[in-house]
Amino acid sequence: MIGADSIVKCLEEEGVDVVFGYPGVAICPFYNSILNSDIKTVLIRTEQNAAHAASGLARVTGKTGVCAVTSGPGATNVITGIATAFADSIPLIVITGQVNSSLLGSDVFQEADITGAVESFVKYSYLVRDADDIPRIFKEAFHLAGTGRKGPVLIDIPIDIQNAPTARFKYPETISMRTYKPTVKGHAVQIQKAVKALNHAKRPIICAGGGVHLAGACDILRKFSEKYSIPTVHTMMGKGALPSAYKLNYGMVGNNGKPYANRAMNESDLLIMVGARVADRAISQPDIIFDNKTLVHIDVDPAEIGKNAKATIPIVGDADSILNEMYDGEILCDTSEWIETLEEYRKTMYPKRNPNPKYVDPCEFIRRLTEKMEDDSIYVADVGQNQIWSCSNAVVKNGQFLTSGGMGTMGYSIPAAMGAKYACPDKQVVAVCGDGSFQMSLMELATMRQHNIQGKIIVMNNGYLGMVREYQHYTYKDHYSVVDISGSPDLSKIAEAYGFKYLCLENMDNCNEVIDDFLDSSDSVLLELNIDPMDLVK
Amino acid sequence: MKRIYSVLVENRSGVLFKVAGLFSRRCFNIDSLAVGETDSPDVSCMTVVSSGDDRTMEQIEKQLNKKIDVIKVRTFGENEAISRELMLLKVKYNKSNRAEILEICDIMKADIVDMSKSQLMIQICDVPERTRVLISMLSSISIVEVARTGTLALPKCVD
Repeated sequence: MIGADSIVKCLEEEGVDVVFGYPGVAICPFYNSILNSDIKTVLIRTEQNAAHAASGLARVTGKTGVCAVTSGPGATNVITGIATAFADSIPLIVITGQVNSSLLGSDVFQEADITGAVESFVKYSYLVRDADDIPRIFKEAFHLAGTGRKGPVLIDIPIDIQNAPTARFKYPETISMRTYKPTVKGHAVQIQKAVKALNHAKRPIICAGGGVHLAGACDILRKFSEKYSIPTVHTMMGKGALPSAYKLNYGMVGNNGKPYANRAMNESDLLIMVGARVADRAISQPDIIFDNKTLVHIDVDPAEIGKNAKATIPIVGDADSILNEMYDGEILCDTSEWIETLEEYRKTMYPKRNPNPKYVDPCEFIRRLTEKMEDDSIYVADVGQNQIWSCSNAVVKNGQFLTSGGMGTMGYSIPAAMGAKYACPDKQVVAVCGDGSFQMSLMELATMRQHNIQGKIIVMNNGYLGMVREYQHYTYKDHYSVVDISGSPDLSKIAEAYGFKYLCLENMDNCNEVIDDFLDSSDSVLLELNIDPMDLVK
Repeated sequence: MKRIYSVLVENRSGVLFKVAGLFSRRCFNIDSLAVGETDSPDVSCMTVVSSGDDRTMEQIEKQLNKKIDVIKVRTFGENEAISRELMLLKVKYNKSNRAEILEICDIMKADIVDMSKSQLMIQICDVPERTRVLISMLSSISIVEVARTGTLALPKCVD
């Protein structure tokens, strides 16, 4: 048995079903050993997307996603995917091949100091120096990635270590890491304080972030909100934690959020932030907003509490566990008047749009599309204007809404949707991107075809890098610079070339039929939407 | 405001890089950084002196605690700790200033640890403030080179 066999055994022990990746010489021993395993491999077309696909899989299964790439450029290409997962706290194991140990540091062919390069984007990284350490390192790595504040862990393995003979394989049953003990259970006194504060609150509100998904706390959040009639809003990453149609869900906050959601948060006297970082896109001036209210901040990462906003009642721990305890606390607060006010805001503060009838109205299209999508479907939004339209209009029932929230990585949707579809072949998975982001990931259409992963892709084509164009429209008074993306390929031909069915929607006239056709298709399908180049998200 | 962070870390390769990288990536100041093994060979102690507002100081501690290689973080103000810095300082001397140099060393409790016909090496081990005083006292004389350890500190003894 050699190191590479040991790596594969570790993945088997962790219940890994699939590895997304791209081989190269430095990772060849691993890819040779994996042939003897039931673990499947998916050959991605560029390494960044291996991490995105693993991220998509992780987010829909709750398991840690795994990808494996080679040294040097393979490793550096995957960095953006790692940083994207890190920003959204997605659990990943990234295995990178490395040059021979004895050559480390000598700048030989395809050597890159990948553990050094990713230091600020990983939860932890390992450079394996002894094949006998592989079982311990993998055990620790999976533990680190999937507990506490989740995130990517990188394991860099020189080729000679993969080829080195190793002792009989024994996967450790326990972990002994003296430096890592994430808090799960919230402090009882803090929880009591929060319950007491709720008793005095007149206008309480819950703001749910991505941490609610990661903690598997969506159900208890809903029960808690229902039991005590506490209205909710959410960040971009928190979308889908509660169904869009849930009566106390007032939508997304932030500079791209709903005006009434922001107003609700601003006017609340007690705000429970759950698994949200209070980052700039969600809350631009935290000191001002939180000045007049009690802030209960629940997060598994103590460093997030007090980083961007000073919490009145900090509670460190797992959102699911803490909300369960708060659910059991006897809370008496009458929010009926507050909810009446919020309902009034919801009715009166709806942003009005004047869509150009010659084009598809992306907002109305997304509403109709998502209403027609299956109950447990997965919507993957890319980055750009399409992301904002998606966040504002997608109706999430009991499915999921995935997007790159923290890093805002263009090209995320197609590989992430592919990973999600691979993991959940029976669920409806739709990727929605723009013509810019589509061209950052269109090579993965081949991966889907090769591995029989059904793709449902919607491209909002407006011939511009729309989000930046919109910014230049407001900031530079239409003085456009490097945002014209004409010259794009004919998408019908791209679809044909990759064996996708092609659909096109010119305007809203036959919208419903096209959506039905798109959703009902059993083949991979690419739907192009003709979007007004001058359309705005605001 | 200055604050001292005494950080116990796993004595592994790359840990210094990870801790120093954390400070640079989050724009935390490092006024001084000293690293050495503790009584246990698998544990190193890093002493970092930093400055900033209260929120930054709190973040430094929390972010350090997040690092997987960090075993324990203790933080204290300058008044709560005994701190020392070792400095080696080389000066050029001649007949006319030799007596003055020796006098300064005497007052500052610094030792002459090496000499040649034209150079003296002075050693001082004292609170960081006093090492700075010595530099300023000798700055009118030609200083050849200086090496300082950075601040080492431990909280005061308690019963």
